[in-house]
Amino acid sequence: MDRPPQPPPTLHHARRRVLAAGGAGLGLGVGVRLGLGTVLPALPLHLRAAAVDLGDAPELQRMLARFAAGAPVLPGGVRLDLPELVENGNAVPVTVEAEGPLSGPGRVVALALFTARNPQPEVAEFRLGPRSGRARVGTRIRLSTSQKVMAVARLADATVRYATVDVLVTLAACVE
Amino acid sequence: MIRSIVTVPPTARRGEVIEIRALVAHPMETGHRPDGAGGTLPRDILRRFTCHDGDELVFEALLHPAIAANPLLSFHLQAQATTTLRFTWEGDGGVRHERTAALEVV
Repeated sequence: MDRPPQPPPTLHHARRRVLAAGGAGLGLGVGVRLGLGTVLPALPLHLRAAAVDLGDAPELQRMLARFAAGAPVLPGGVRLDLPELVENGNAVPVTVEAEGPLSGPGRVVALALFTARNPQPEVAEFRLGPRSGRARVGTRIRLSTSQKVMAVARLADATVRYATVDVLVTLAACVE
Repeated sequence: MIRSIVTVPPTARRGEVIEIRALVAHPMETGHRPDGAGGTLPRDILRRFTCHDGDELVFEALLHPAIAANPLLSFHLQAQATTTLRFTWEGDGGVRHERTAALEVV
């Protein structure tokens, strides 16, 4: 797989390599512990390079990287419609639509919604079959606080596009 | 018993892209809410929704606790031939609900 040149290794990178070298059987467990513990999972370089500004949201970065599966995450090509001022975070109407032809490499095969500050970043993932006709999905989501909401689209050629909206929530979900 | 409402236009022209709306009654308990005794209420959500035309998967949604109670999903389908669409919801604790809707293509 073609990867852009790596930045100088950080402490975490170096540690990870050392630990991975420590033993194959041990490597997996250590990696998982690092991922969930205090050490942030190493982000793919393209996410840093493209400067997807998500604030301090390491879990969201991790989920985004998983959805993108190594592809660059580029802005544009996706529209995320939701109110910028929300009175009740328990049911916020959201529509996500991605541009793309009905077939061929530019066809939209999946859409996902993520939040930066909910207890879990994942909201939903939508998989669109070849007969979807239009890559537009609507639903209602919960927002636990004012935050950035992100819509991501994956095309048949593995390209990933995104859009974000900053939402101000006056009554949060999951507190009552 | 789970109740649901699915809205499909009764007829469509061949090749027309129609909107389908699927609403289901479910609390979508997040697993993050306090239970009043120092713990949290256990999670009880619908995890997956699918729309099939015959054996063909038209649309699939993987849901997380951030989906609001009584999940509503709207999506699209390119009509090809008169058919019966099948909708399924699956959730925590082995919950499963299924319903069908007829689509006449003229």
